[in-house]
Amino acid sequence: MAEVTQLIHQYLRHNKKFPLVFCPGCGIGIVLGSLVRSVHALGIPKDDMAVVAGIGCSGRIAAYVDFNTVHATHGRALTLSTGIKMASPHLRVLTVMGDGDALSIGGNHLIHAARRNIGVTALVVNNFIYGMTGGQCSPTTPFGSYTHTSPQGQMEKSFDVVEMARAAGANGVYRGTVFHAKALDGLLQRAMSRPGFNLVEVLTPCFTQYGRGNKFRSPVEMFQWLKDHVVPREVYDKLDDKAGKIPMGIFVENDEPGLEQRHAAMRQALADKGGAGS
Amino acid sequence: MTAKRKPLYTVVIYPDWCKGCGICAAFCPKKVLRIDHQGKARVDREDECINCGFCELHCPDFAIVVRPRNGMGSSFPEPIPGTAATPCAPPGAAASPPSEAAQSPEPKKA
Repeated sequence: MAEVTQLIHQYLRHNKKFPLVFCPGCGIGIVLGSLVRSVHALGIPKDDMAVVAGIGCSGRIAAYVDFNTVHATHGRALTLSTGIKMASPHLRVLTVMGDGDALSIGGNHLIHAARRNIGVTALVVNNFIYGMTGGQCSPTTPFGSYTHTSPQGQMEKSFDVVEMARAAGANGVYRGTVFHAKALDGLLQRAMSRPGFNLVEVLTPCFTQYGRGNKFRSPVEMFQWLKDHVVPREVYDKLDDKAGKIPMGIFVENDEPGLEQRHAAMRQALADKGGAGS
Repeated sequence: MTAKRKPLYTVVIYPDWCKGCGICAAFCPKKVLRIDHQGKARVDREDECINCGFCELHCPDFAIVVRPRNGMGSSFPEPIPGTAATPCAPPGAAASPPSEAAQSPEPKKA
């Protein structure tokens, strides 16, 4: 297995602050490793890869990987990705967002990126809470769980990222967890190699802000929770008692062309018609 | 097995990068690793290691390397042939083709 860590080191910026800034037990480091392994397995050169990250804990991923990276403003990672993809369609654009970044501040951009079917892979790192800003409840905080801004339990229902992306018309929708790291590699590779807007939701434990307030005694218990409650979608469909279980795997796969492909086709059609169309 | 076996794999921990989250020790199927009194992961029973790779894949800080001893193959699947050299080429090897390519278009522009 030694190749795994050696490979990851080839893609890291070693002049950045190490060890990673994430708290002990945070799963974002596993997401970072999975991202690097997926890019390597797909054989994408470093210069052809663009990583756009929003604000939040997951936004730190962009600082550590040696690709073309942007650390965007809060919630606007997808808008920058849209611009990058339309201007340079040959780039593989991966957008890393947290749950607060993608769904509350940037929720509007997420649904419209899915509607437009822009050829961007969105990686939504869902840790159920605003971790970096101090533990406020986020749109994906489960009903009844405790945060600093909901000390009596969250009263609002939470977003289902997969259902929302499906309803908004995303080309591919996937869900993985950091506990199932090899499955996550496969899902990421699949999402990055397909046309159009593909969204991968990754469930990640946040022990420091979420776990301590919700009766998890250690990061290990949060990983155990993921192991116990997240089941593959095929198994989930056959379950009699679905309460508390979360399906993972491939949810939507359409083969519609992305916006940048439609745009290129339109330019070509205009050039053929008018001669000097550009 | 009671007899002392020769370890087939080496498990190396980089203590500077380890934060002691305990994921590797808790989920290791053979209990090779444990958290020591300093709060860092430590290799305890290396001869039990089966090279499943869980610790290396799930270490959030890239602090664990599991390496086969001499003569042993690796269980990790090789990347797609022909593509591995592209992103990982050393800077010197990648620098020469672009310099030749950059020189040729210049006379055409001029």
